[in-house]
Amino acid sequence: MSSDNILVRATNVNASYATNTGQDVPAVDAVSLEIAEGQILGLAGESGCGKSTLGNALAMIANPPLYVLSGELQIADRTIDLSTLDKGAEARHRAFRGDYVSLLPQGAMNSISPTLRIRDLVVDVVRGQDRSRSRDEALDLARDRLKQLGMPVRVLDQYAHQLSGGMRQRMVTVISTLLNPRLLIADEPTSALDVSSQKALIEMLLQMVEQKVMGAAIFITHDLPVLSMVTDQIAIMYAGRIIETGPTAELVHRARHPYTSALVSAVLDPTEETRHKRVAGIPGSPPNLASPPSGCRFHPRCAFATEICTREVPPLVVEGEHSSACWWAKDHPNEPVPLPDPVSLEGLAS
Amino acid sequence: MSTTTTSGAVTPGSPILQAKNVTKTFGGAGGKMTAVDDVSVDFHAGKVLAVVGESGSGKSTLARMLLRLLPVTSGQILYQGRDVTNIRGSELRRYWTDVQAVFQDPFASFNQFFTVGQMLRRSIRLAGRSQGESDDALIERCLGYVGLKPDEAMAKFPHQMSGGQRQRVMVARALMMSPKVLLADEATSMLDASLRVNVLNVLQDLRSELDLTVLFITHDIGQACYLADEVVVMEHGVIVEQGATDEVIFNPQNDYTKRLLSDVPDLKGSLKSR
Ligand SMILES: Nc1ncnc2c1ncn2[C@@H]1O[C@H](COP(=O)(O)OP(=O)(O)OP(=O)(O)O)[C@@H](O)[C@H]1O
Ligand SMILES: Nc1ncnc2c1ncn2[C@@H]1O[C@H](COP(=O)(O)OP(=O)(O)OP(=O)(O)O)[C@@H](O)[C@H]1O
Ligand code: SF4
Ligand SMILES: [Mg+2]
Ligand SMILES: [Mg+2]
Repeated sequence: MSSDNILVRATNVNASYATNTGQDVPAVDAVSLEIAEGQILGLAGESGCGKSTLGNALAMIANPPLYVLSGELQIADRTIDLSTLDKGAEARHRAFRGDYVSLLPQGAMNSISPTLRIRDLVVDVVRGQDRSRSRDEALDLARDRLKQLGMPVRVLDQYAHQLSGGMRQRMVTVISTLLNPRLLIADEPTSALDVSSQKALIEMLLQMVEQKVMGAAIFITHDLPVLSMVTDQIAIMYAGRIIETGPTAELVHRARHPYTSALVSAVLDPTEETRHKRVAGIPGSPPNLASPPSGCRFHPRCAFATEICTREVPPLVVEGEHSSACWWAKDHPNEPVPLPDPVSLEGLAS
Repeated sequence: MSTTTTSGAVTPGSPILQAKNVTKTFGGAGGKMTAVDDVSVDFHAGKVLAVVGESGSGKSTLARMLLRLLPVTSGQILYQGRDVTNIRGSELRRYWTDVQAVFQDPFASFNQFFTVGQMLRRSIRLAGRSQGESDDALIERCLGYVGLKPDEAMAKFPHQMSGGQRQRVMVARALMMSPKVLLADEATSMLDASLRVNVLNVLQDLRSELDLTVLFITHDIGQACYLADEVVVMEHGVIVEQGATDEVIFNPQNDYTKRLLSDVPDLKGSLKSR
């Protein structure tokens, strides 16, 4: 990623859930990231690590009990204060939804009412993002966009329940980007789809970026094989923090953070090898975000942990476009994390 | 369409659960659609059978009929050799303690007003099975299987959990009932690779140690490949191929199966070239 054409830069985003026990859950902790024009950034990580929360904070749709405590989002020529603590936040943020940032929420395709006509959904979404648009304008946008992407325009006349899951998800994606957002945030858009529909959605997303329907995108998923097909860069989150970022191939083949490496080696590709060995997941449980472990938050589960990891927050080790927040990475410059011995895994096979 | 039987996955003993010529038709006057069309499948004790196929092919409808949540239009469901297609009352309740399910949409299957702890304790009471270990010990063991910390998870309301956390609670709830058969419908779709493999390893161990039988519905061929003894491929409500996992995945005969497999993204092989 050449740093001169950065389109999106988020700086020091902090977001917390308030709870009735009085103990806040800081689900996003000092996150910063950047994306170049025309690129797709993948955001992956453990279930519950804060991916959707970060997506909601960046899309400016955080509602109580979620509060964005701080954070700045620079997109193209604008800088937006993401904080939701002041009274004017909602009005300030509304102005940026739709044409600056658009979110495709987790589970969106199942939340549309089956008896809604797609054309009515188009009008609802477009007018929700920009009240000055008329019904006809919204529908014109949709027709043009469907033609541009080579999709059948008659879908607009159908009811949601008449569309297959894959088509419904593609339509929701098209509709949420009709105002050409500078940044699209798609939260788990493919997890409920079969492989053929996943492929069709991915191809459509790549086509949309190429045709500059959106300036850049964040693709949130736990599905690393899908991410490796669609993204230029990947950021890995653990317990509310981004712990490694790098070009996709680098991250998959030369992980510099032990958590990333363990995650990658737990992926089940359908191969003879997968079939006949026992794959090990990461031992232990994901940490409690309300009282995370000291030092490196991964230390209780890390095979490479040393004494310092339990005490001190690891430094960010930056090597070109690849960065890893890890003491091991600091002591082993430019070395990929060694994989566990495959022979010992063999021995466990049942 | 005729079924391609890749191999005669020979399994000794009579099946624990059977679908016999099961059909489900939806809709009335306006237009009928057959979601499951004359499907027959045998489930053998201590085996994992995966059902794969594209969205809308009838996988969930088949599972809902097996669980007796949806009446069949025609056909029969046999459990331990007995016809359970029309059982009701206490017989059906007994069936529902033996056969547990985890459903596709974890956003739908929760009561918003109960904490996870209340929900799990209630499930145990309703099922009336507290023998041996105490309720709390049982809950703790099963939450542990899915990587949840009991004290933390039990205090949470559903809306305070992420998608994958809810999914794991549903898996733990089903395992708590010590079922003989588990119907898992996309039960791990929201889990990251590491948690997912941990859950699959638990299922594998329960299968080997307690003879748990699993119907594993998934769109992820990698998971089917790792876990399943047999694979069934469905297209438009019909079984198009069925056989031992090695045969179906590494030597598919049916054109639809071949197409499905060619669309699978794999991590090490398919890095984007743009
Ligand atoms: N209303 C809430 N109150 C308290 N904690 C919450 C609330 N909503 C979410 N959380 C916690 O915040 C954390 C982050 O949740 P988030 O939905 O962002 O996770 P995620 O990374 O998207 O997970 P998944 O991959 O499972 O979707 C989780 O640990 C969750 O338990
Ligand atoms: N209650 C219902 N009324 C009418 N049609 C239904 C109903 N339930 C399912 N269908 C239809 O039956 C077909 C099969 O649906 P089913 O949910 O079983 O598919 P699936 O294979 O589980 O798909 P997915 O992978 O998307 O979960 C679909 O065309 C669906 O629209
Ligand atoms: S900082 Fe230490 S504990 Fe954390 S990932 Fe690196 S080696 Fe492991
Ligand atoms: Mg999420
Ligand atoms: Mg289904």
